[in-house]
Amino acid sequence: MPHALSLGLVLFVVWLLLSGIFEPLLLGLGVASSIVVVYIAHRMDVIDREGHPIHLTPRTLLYFPWLVWEIVKANFDVALAIVRPAMPIEPRLLHIKAGQKDDLGRVIYANSITLTPGTVTIATEGSAFTIHALTRGAAEGLESGDMDRRVTAMEDAKMDASDPGPAPSVEKEE
Amino acid sequence: MSLAADIVTWTCIITGSALALIGALGMIRLPDTFARMHAAGIIDTLGVGLILVGLIFQAGWSAVTIKLLLILVFIFITSPTATHALAQAALNGGLKPLLGKKDGKEKPSKT
Repeated sequence: MPHALSLGLVLFVVWLLLSGIFEPLLLGLGVASSIVVVYIAHRMDVIDREGHPIHLTPRTLLYFPWLVWEIVKANFDVALAIVRPAMPIEPRLLHIKAGQKDDLGRVIYANSITLTPGTVTIATEGSAFTIHALTRGAAEGLESGDMDRRVTAMEDAKMDASDPGPAPSVEKEE
Repeated sequence: MSLAADIVTWTCIITGSALALIGALGMIRLPDTFARMHAAGIIDTLGVGLILVGLIFQAGWSAVTIKLLLILVFIFITSPTATHALAQAALNGGLKPLLGKKDGKEKPSKT
């Protein structure tokens, strides 16, 4: 029920922001549309903590600035590798273990890896990810397990953030 | 629009465009499908991101800014999903990634 309420609220806020017209008729249509969409989503049984993860929201605000900064650094790393005449790339496959407990956390982690240039998640099986890394720097950044710990910390919002948990095990494939 | 906003806009758009060009160059230079996806990743993230941020500074506090931000959010969610689907399809199609050091002088393999 809290998920349905927050979904309806988010839909209505998006309606307001996109329309920008505050007339009774359009406000009423917005409320009606939001309710219909929430009803359809309820019928489809997609309103749950995975489809509408309100429990992540506060932590996400801390995670995203860090992710954006990582993306910026990785962008320049890969751009430099492309531009340099010698093209110092070293493609390899990494097999890493994701420390997240449920699928939502794994999706966030896998998407974060793909979003960072230089590393792409090419296959997932449970918590075992296969990653294609373009440069040495990109592979080492991933092997440090920093991103894995941060996504796990975001997932366990109720748990103490000071304990990042064990570092993920990494094995290389040449 | 003030001069400061114009300067920020120009810096963002020029940097974003340069990164988009580098990404396009990477699509040609890099040796195989998997490596080329990384170049596309540059365009998806900072290329598009910086151009949109530059446009936001021109839009100021208006509904257009919110729409530009929404575009940014959707690109950040959909592009890794599409990239993953592409990589998975390439892998399932039997394409093996080229691994190991490349000196760049080597001709890209035509597969």
